[in-house]
Amino acid sequence: MTDLVRMTGIEKRFPGVHALKNVSFDLASGEVHALMGENGAGKSTLMKILSGIYPKDGGEILINGEQAELNGPKAAQDLGIGIIHQELSLMNDLTVAQNIFIGREPRLRFGRLDEAALNARAVEIFRSMNLALDPKTVVGDLTIAKQQAVEIAKALSYRSRVLIMDEPTAALNDAEIAELFTIIRRLKADGVGIIYISHKMDELKQIADRVTVMRDGAYVGTLDAAGTPVSRIISMMVGREVANETADIPDLSGADTLLDVRGLNRGREIRDVSFSVRKGEILGFAGLMGAGRTEVARAIFGADPRDGGEIRVHGKPCAISQPSDAVKAGIGYLSEDRKHFGLATGMDVRTNIALASLDRFSSPLGVLREEEMRRTAQDYIGKLDIRTPSDRQEVRLLSGGNQQKVVIAKWLYRDCDILIFDEPTRGIDVGAKSEIHKLLTNLAKEGRAIIVISSELPEIMRLSHRIAVMCEGRLTGILPGGEQTSQEDIMHLATLRTPTMQPEGYQQ
Amino acid sequence: MTAVNPTSTPTLFARMIDTGAHQKLLAFASLVLLLIGFSIASPNFMQTSNMIAILQATSVNGVLAVAATLVIITGGIDLSVGTLMTFCAVIAGVVLTNLGMPLPVGVIAAIGAGALCGLCSGTFIAKMKIPPFIATLGMMLILKGLSLVISGTRPIYFNDTPGFDQISRGSLIGEIIPALPIPNGVLILFIVALSAAYVLGRTVLGRYTFALGSNEEAVRLSGVNTDFWKMAVYSLAGAICGIAGILIASRLNSAQPALGLGYELEAIAAVVIGGTSLSGGRGTVLGTLIGALIMAVLTNGLRVLSVAQEWQTVVTGAIIILAVYADMVRRRKA
Repeated sequence: MTDLVRMTGIEKRFPGVHALKNVSFDLASGEVHALMGENGAGKSTLMKILSGIYPKDGGEILINGEQAELNGPKAAQDLGIGIIHQELSLMNDLTVAQNIFIGREPRLRFGRLDEAALNARAVEIFRSMNLALDPKTVVGDLTIAKQQAVEIAKALSYRSRVLIMDEPTAALNDAEIAELFTIIRRLKADGVGIIYISHKMDELKQIADRVTVMRDGAYVGTLDAAGTPVSRIISMMVGREVANETADIPDLSGADTLLDVRGLNRGREIRDVSFSVRKGEILGFAGLMGAGRTEVARAIFGADPRDGGEIRVHGKPCAISQPSDAVKAGIGYLSEDRKHFGLATGMDVRTNIALASLDRFSSPLGVLREEEMRRTAQDYIGKLDIRTPSDRQEVRLLSGGNQQKVVIAKWLYRDCDILIFDEPTRGIDVGAKSEIHKLLTNLAKEGRAIIVISSELPEIMRLSHRIAVMCEGRLTGILPGGEQTSQEDIMHLATLRTPTMQPEGYQQ
Repeated sequence: MTAVNPTSTPTLFARMIDTGAHQKLLAFASLVLLLIGFSIASPNFMQTSNMIAILQATSVNGVLAVAATLVIITGGIDLSVGTLMTFCAVIAGVVLTNLGMPLPVGVIAAIGAGALCGLCSGTFIAKMKIPPFIATLGMMLILKGLSLVISGTRPIYFNDTPGFDQISRGSLIGEIIPALPIPNGVLILFIVALSAAYVLGRTVLGRYTFALGSNEEAVRLSGVNTDFWKMAVYSLAGAICGIAGILIASRLNSAQPALGLGYELEAIAAVVIGGTSLSGGRGTVLGTLIGALIMAVLTNGLRVLSVAQEWQTVVTGAIIILAVYADMVRRRKA
């Protein structure tokens, strides 16, 4: 049997990053082949090359044994390769059938649409998937799982023989996952090859035939899914030389508890999360994407509502219903998306640093004292070594690292003693990264309580005095920082779904 | 962008490029060109009396446009400025003519009513999360109706309040310098514009106005009570509409309840021609003044040239599209 897909020696470079290094991957007909790896391992990049979204820089792709040139999504579609993205791309106000055939609607004369043929063709595809769905249903009324099925139907309508699914279960509950798996098994039986990207170990065991692990843009290995213990896969995923430095853990047994969170809850996103942070401590939050870490941070900060839970600052209960309450209590939040949530990018450095404290720079009538603002801004530009031509420079013109420092300066000036950093070094180059790391360590030494959310395990290891790990909205454990905790320990907790579903071979 | 050493503030030239002063410059150049063109075309155009007529015509629309500028910089829009102006004029009429209160009370009542209505719009937008376009569209209709109801659909005259017409028509400057009989209405426009420019450039309210338009979520996550400040901006804009109400009532020596619809569009047009971005975050009062002047000069000049009224409207529309297109082209290059 020839392989549906055979990719060998794939290379891809982005400015400053070697994203894929000599990666190989193959897929047989009627197989579910899982592709695993940490965030940023290169899975999505590889799949974007296969679906013609990115051009490859080197290597060879054979489709059905023939050399293929995938110069665009259209070319990939014509070769029978369909991709279902993590974010569904359906038009909620159109019907199921209209969505499937968007841009390819059957027509009558004079450009009139043939709705009957449209619906009939949709039904045909559903039948092949063994799916009972009315083609005239409006997509917005469907559950996420059904919407996913529509995406799959859309991919199949292009006569796809290869189906790429990027984290298809991220938004599904257990019943919906079962529904999806039924469809996948049906497709398998028809000889469709499926590439399945997921972080969830138990799913892998249920649905995948083979597993390929990637790490740091390189191919690590391909294994039989059923016969390999989960612990082996995890260690392949994180297996980089763990020579990374770990944090020096100060003795904080006598330090006051600055922040105490108890029973934080919101729907399925945050489930009964409790933890505390001491003065001078850095608490790392590890977990895979979508584990609920950002949601917890935003709920504590009052940026999003919460269903329940108590937040104590300095031991006193604190009613936080909006960000201004949190700031008054001395909590600062540095969001993961600086451009959208952290900075007014069209405004200058001076204004951004003063933005959380304008009241301190104004007379009782609200007139601003620019000179004082200038001096404060200059002061922090010096202290944090922010590289900018002047304090009047618009922040959008600064580099990522310097933008991050501007946000930090904003909260430092506000005297926040509890600082929550959400992905503080995302999109920041290596040099600036270690500067930010030093800055965080020093902030803790000065007696602040620091929470760091990061998807990069080495960063968590390097900074954290203690490590909280989340999975699917639950806090699955708090590990001590330093050398006694390994990345495998963290990954184990990060993939720990509800205990009843724990698959065989899970225990180490 | 521009190479400057770390300690100096950017040069004047660099600042002009950076801060969108370009569009203002463009608008100003167009204004000068229009003035030159019309004076060549007609000898009657460049006369003092005609210039003063243009300024007088700018005053009401100018004040409304300043109010609209504040709101638009936050990334919002206010469609109710025109009918709010009328509503405030009617309130002044009720207080002064029907209730016979003294002049200052009427003025304060009008401005207060404006601020209150602005606060209503602000509340709908900030607290009830109704999109600004819809909230102020609703206010626009409510106020139009209320003006008619309160006045009994008849104009209210200010014949019993001596001096009321002088608020707009008199000329303090003319009394000091007889050669320059600039009406008080124009003086008030400049005072309003200067104050608004001061608020925008030098106060907390102004800084938040720009910040809201630039990135509202970032401001909220900085712990700023964005709802409060947004309501404050709409209230201030409402108060300014109250001033416009006094101006127009004084000029007509009456409150005309049926008037007002359409003024909001002229105000928004002036703001846009003046280079304020409809997506928020950028804009100046000076630009808006120039924009308002351009519209007044255009209307006046075309009338002096005896171009039919219908065509004047067509030309104004074309100018708006041209002005915004020029801004887009410039920004695409930047």
